[in-house]
Order: sequence, then C-alpha cells, then structure tokens
Amino acid sequence: MELIMEQMPIVIRSLNIGFIQTLKLFFVTLAGALPLGLVIAFGSMSRFRPLKCLAQLGLPGWLTEFRPISCVTRIVVWIVRGTPLMIQLLIIYYFPGLVLNNPIWGGGESGRFLAASVAFIFNYACYFSEIYRGGIQSVPAGQEEAGLVLGMTRSQIFFKVTLLQMIKRIVPPMSNEIITLVKDTSLARIIALQEIIWAGQAFLKGSQGISGQIWPLFFTALYYLVFSGILTILLGRLEEKLNFFR
Amino acid sequence: MPILEVEHLCKTFERTEVLKDISFSLEQGQVVSIIGSSGSGKTTLLRCLNFLERPDSGVIRVNGEVLLDAGDPSPDPDSVIRRKRLHFGLVFQSFNLFPQYTALENVMLAKELLAREQPDYKARKKEIHEEIRVLAEELLRQMGLENRMNNYPHQLSGGQCQRVAIARALALKPDILCFDEPTSALDPELTGEVLRVIKELADQQTTMLIVTHEMAFARDVAHHVIFMDDGYILEQGTPEEVFGNTREERTRQFLSRFNQG
Repeated sequence: MELIMEQMPIVIRSLNIGFIQTLKLFFVTLAGALPLGLVIAFGSMSRFRPLKCLAQLGLPGWLTEFRPISCVTRIVVWIVRGTPLMIQLLIIYYFPGLVLNNPIWGGGESGRFLAASVAFIFNYACYFSEIYRGGIQSVPAGQEEAGLVLGMTRSQIFFKVTLLQMIKRIVPPMSNEIITLVKDTSLARIIALQEIIWAGQAFLKGSQGISGQIWPLFFTALYYLVFSGILTILLGRLEEKLNFFR
Repeated sequence: MPILEVEHLCKTFERTEVLKDISFSLEQGQVVSIIGSSGSGKTTLLRCLNFLERPDSGVIRVNGEVLLDAGDPSPDPDSVIRRKRLHFGLVFQSFNLFPQYTALENVMLAKELLAREQPDYKARKKEIHEEIRVLAEELLRQMGLENRMNNYPHQLSGGQCQRVAIARALALKPDILCFDEPTSALDPELTGEVLRVIKELADQQTTMLIVTHEMAFARDVAHHVIFMDDGYILEQGTPEEVFGNTREERTRQFLSRFNQG
C-alpha cells in the first residue's frame, strides 16, 4: 500500500499524458467525422442518374435508374463498416511506407497520430452517415413540401426546417456512437500511439522503475468511466434542450 | 380574363393515369370546390398546380401568363419554378407546420427568407422584419389565434394548427389559395372552426380552390363545383347545378351517400 502511494504520482502523470493524447484523438475524430458523415450521407442519398436520358431508347430500368454516386458511397460504407477498425488502422499506417515506399505519415508520435486520425475520421464518418441518413429520411416529406410551396430553396429547407428536426432525432443514436468512440480510441494502441492504455500498460512491462503492476490499468479504466460519464450527462442535456418541440 | 386557366392537364404515375384531360378556369375572387371520391385525382391536381408534381401534358395559365406548358421540352430550373409557385398557396390535410417554430415564426419564416432577396434588405433589415411581424400577427388575429402566437405546434389543437397553416399560406399573398382536404384530419368540432375561417376568407373574395369531403360546406362556400371521378372532371357547374340538378349518374351515386348521412 505504501509502495502504491509512492508510485501514484508517477503513474498519474504518465496516465495524464496518455489521456491527453486520447482526448486529442477523440475530439479530432468528432470534428472530422461529424461533417464528413453528413457529406457521405448526402452521397448515399444522391438521386443523380446520368443514364436517365437513355430511357427513351427503351433500356431496362435498372440501367437508366442507376445512381453511381449513391452506389459507390454505399459500397465504401459497407467496406468500412464491415471490416475491423484495427485492420483499417494498420493498413492506413503501414501501407504508404511499406508498399508505396512513401511514408507519408512521417515517423514518431505525430505521424502515428495523423494516421490514426485519418483512420478514425473515415471509419466514424461512415457510421455517422448512416445515422444522418436515418435522421433525414425520418423527417416527414410534408415538411419539405411545405417549404417548397412557401417558395423556399432546397438549401433553405434543409437548414431552416429539416436540420434541427434531424438533429433531434439523431441525438440518442449519436450519443451511443460517441460513447463507443471514447473507448475505441484505445485501438490506436495497435500502431503504438501513446494514448492512455499504452501509458497504463507500460507499468505491466516496466517503466520509470515500476513493473509488474496491474493497478495502473484499473486507474486507466476509471479515466474512461469518468469521461464517458461526463459525456452522457452533456448529451442528455442536449436531448432535453431539444425537447421544446415534437 | 380568368385568374387561373387549366387546359388539358394529364398526369400518369408509373402506369396509372391519375389526371385525364383536366380543363377548368377560375375567376378572381371566386371559390371552386373540388369533390369526388378518394383516388379520383383531386390531390394530384392541386399538387400539379403547386409544382409538387410535373404534369405530363397540359397548360397552366395565371392572369394570362403561361406558368407551365408541360409540352415544353426544356423544364424550368428550380429558381424559376420557385417564383412561379408563389402564385399559389397550399394548405395541407396534415398541416405540415414546422414543429421547431412557434405559430408566429411559422407564419413569418418564408416571408423573411424571401425578403432577403430584396435589394434594400440589408439597409432596411429591422424595418422589414417588423413589417413581416406585424403582418403575421394580423393574420393570426384574423384566424382567432391572438392568444396562441407564441405556442409551438404540439401545444395547439388540430384546428388551431390548421388555422396557423392557413395564416402561413396567406402571408405570402398568393393569387390562388389551394386547400387539400383541410379538415379531413380533424374531429367534427374542430372542423367547424376551420371551415368558419375559410368561409370568412371567401366573404373577403379570396380566390380559392378547395378539395373537400364536406359536401354541405362545398355547396355553401363555392361559386363553382367540380366533381372528379377516376381522373376526369365528370361534371362541373354552379352548386345548384351539381348538387340540385345532377346530370351524371355517377355524381348522383356519389352524392347520395352524403345525403343519406
């Protein structure tokens, strides 16, 4: 017990440094994936049909109705959601250097952080896009029609009418994804990003004169628990705020 | 000259012909009721007039100006359609109020967005906003909603919602106000208050096109009645002609159900 009290300051300092990296990855991912997800959602809902003009030639419906943007986006979303984030991390980090002989990420912690950010943003944007799509499609068509007959443009309808209704609907599923993201950031450990698990695990193997200790990992878990607790409260508040309309 | 002329309008969905050669006209200050069973094409007709559906053929003229010639091979861009739409207002069966805005904001929103396109908007921003608010409040008062202006739609009854929706449509001062079964989602008590408001508008010579299942109201409020069946206008004329001197057997059959009830 005395030993633990002695080691405590060292462990805490180490975990704090790791946690800052975790937080950075968390916020960078959100900042990138929230807008990118919306773009991907619009991609998968795209009704662009370049072959529509061929309909007069009597070509079959599946060809003239072909929606290339939607099709490509949905395949990408399928691949990203259908494979482990860990594999995506490894491939994104190592592929440029090992296969293209062009280590675009650079070495060191900043390179690993950059690669991890790209992998996380892309992966989470795909999950978010499906939540957005569900949210947008659940706003009744009558809302858009009401906007149209009132002479609004499509973008005015989206920003002034649909958007807030969509946000209200997606807060619960989004909260779920965001809490998952808190813990998923630990996957960046696989490319040796020095986030909090990396920091806690170091005391198992031995670091700064401390080795074979499991208790720093319990502490590590506590960091996640407290942070996701705070997020749960904040997201709950947001949900309440949006309760002023139905 | 009629304010609205519709000529030979046809519309097909997939393989179903919904509108078959629809022609009629409407004079300034007149009310036309459109009656007929569900699926007879009434709603589609209103949706075509409001550019929510594009007819396959036919012409729509307002004040003599061709708004839509479906035969024209190059359809108007969205921005032009948006302007043309403003000749019409549409009140929906399910109100379609914007839930995140109060009654007053619902009435003001579209007008405010349109005002941004005025050249003097930046200079007179406050003034314009004030004008729009005064107009919106006046309209809501006229609808008997002076105490409900700052309520959200979910805090209002169906009848109040529909009256807000009517005020919202009137705020843009459309030439022709269309109603798509405005009371079909309301119970009989609430139906009365909405019909009263529409009747008042008719008394003020608002040009209106009303699709309704309220036969007594259709007869009472309209100058002209159109009976639609299976995509055709089967019969049209003054209320006395259509209700009292029914020519077509099908119309008589349709009306008899209401007369019994």
